[in-house]
Amino acid sequence: MLIDALQTYEFMRYSFISGIIVGLIAPLLGTFIVVRRLSLIADALSHISLGGITFGVYITSVTGFLINPLITAVLFSIVGALSIEKMRTVYKHFSEISIPIIMSLGIALSVVFLSLSNGFNQDLFGYLFGSISAVTRNDLILISIIGVIVVSFVVLLYKEMFLLSFDEEYSEVMKISGVIHFIFIVLVALVISASMRIVGTLLVSAMMTLPVAAAMRITSSFKTLILMSIIFGEISVLIGLILGFYLDIAPGGMIVLVAIFILAMTFVVNRIGVKMNA
Amino acid sequence: MTTPIFEIRDVSYNYYEKMETTVALQNINLKINRGEFMAIVGPNGSGKSTLLKLILGIKKLQEGEILINGKPASRKNRETKVGYVSQKAASFAKGFPATVKEVVLSGLTKKRGLFKRFNKEDYDALDYVLDLLDIEDLKDKNIASLSGGQTQRVFIARALINNPEILVLDEPTEGIDARNINSFYEVLTLLKEEGTTILLVTHDIGVVIDQADTVACLNEHLHFHGTNQEFRNLDEAQLSKVYGFPIQLVSHDHDRSCCEVPHVN
Repeated sequence: MLIDALQTYEFMRYSFISGIIVGLIAPLLGTFIVVRRLSLIADALSHISLGGITFGVYITSVTGFLINPLITAVLFSIVGALSIEKMRTVYKHFSEISIPIIMSLGIALSVVFLSLSNGFNQDLFGYLFGSISAVTRNDLILISIIGVIVVSFVVLLYKEMFLLSFDEEYSEVMKISGVIHFIFIVLVALVISASMRIVGTLLVSAMMTLPVAAAMRITSSFKTLILMSIIFGEISVLIGLILGFYLDIAPGGMIVLVAIFILAMTFVVNRIGVKMNA
Repeated sequence: MTTPIFEIRDVSYNYYEKMETTVALQNINLKINRGEFMAIVGPNGSGKSTLLKLILGIKKLQEGEILINGKPASRKNRETKVGYVSQKAASFAKGFPATVKEVVLSGLTKKRGLFKRFNKEDYDALDYVLDLLDIEDLKDKNIASLSGGQTQRVFIARALINNPEILVLDEPTEGIDARNINSFYEVLTLLKEEGTTILLVTHDIGVVIDQADTVACLNEHLHFHGTNQEFRNLDEAQLSKVYGFPIQLVSHDHDRSCCEVPHVN
């Protein structure tokens, strides 16, 4: 039935391909986010992206000119990421304050643009919780481009990003922290915008952190951590999408539940390992 | 006369925050010669960390200059010639999912350059420093699973893999137990024998007396700069004066060591 649907419906193919890309890039970048203890930034950026989406929807409703909300989400997310960085330097000793500021700004903008564009619609539900049917050909192209950009940068700048994540002060001494951090935060913004279509705004940060949290329990090297996070991410996305399809449930919820199940399994495996070694 | 490897000339530094100016360093002049082991001591807030950040180029100079091999310290010569072991090193290693190999190799990030992967030469350098510090068997171990002393060796290896001309250590024994501290100073002795120039910032005056060639006492001003022997010959009153606050000496059986104990009036 699923194979038939994939052969018959283009949107199903778009969703699954997008899902596979998101299953790769979200945990890939998520690994760096988690070890740098910046998990909450993903949350703040997903909310500001929602502001971007509602802005896109609003502009379309007012001007009649069709704008892909994913593009406005990417723009809002990048501006949000840069604002967080600016505020982190202004409030040096209370840098986390930048996160609730940007998060509340995102929600406030979303509410305002939603009200202006005459309220909640079905499309927006898809952006909040993910959707199998809403991924268009244009979305897939945009998500693929973002995927290529993210993977290329991480491969090319891996050693710099590792050093920045492990020891920010040392990367400052080596004078590589500024530019790499800037690129990193823009990549995070891109990944969040790309992941929204599949897992939804409210759960996008989960896609970047849960597979990493699970992989952390069972790995000791950084490269293995990335690899295992991606494997867990892909398993979550694929099983979540399949379950979402059969049960007719928004995929975001199912994907995150699968990721949490994997996390719980790593706890069990760890426990058994500890008992066997005792 | 030999050119000092590192020279600090007339360096002053102020902090400006919330409309207030705080003086951190005033008119500091210091020279470190090749192969010398210099210890910088001073109380908290004495400007030690500020001086270190200026040496490392994390902070920009406001007044004075810093020379490396007689030439003004530029970004490039500072990056390649200074190896750094941070005070915080052991704390952020806790729980981090990386192996010793990954951490030590990261010391070559800048040298290898953007968009390039580590090559055979880098892996050979890795094996050399791990062997030098006697931690080759820890190569594939998770950094978080090591003892405090082993972690410090890993961070020294990361600083040394670049083959720096001077090794700068910022209170590296903070939070490490006595046994591991001894093993840490054994490593420094070994490096000194190999001809490495060492600049150590520390609270531990006892160790300074035992190990360092020269001692600089900093407390906003440079209160004392002389050889280990000259430092030993200071009496308590002089020591309190040069160190910037009252301290008492506690002598051990075999040697005269001391620690910082503020007088209770």
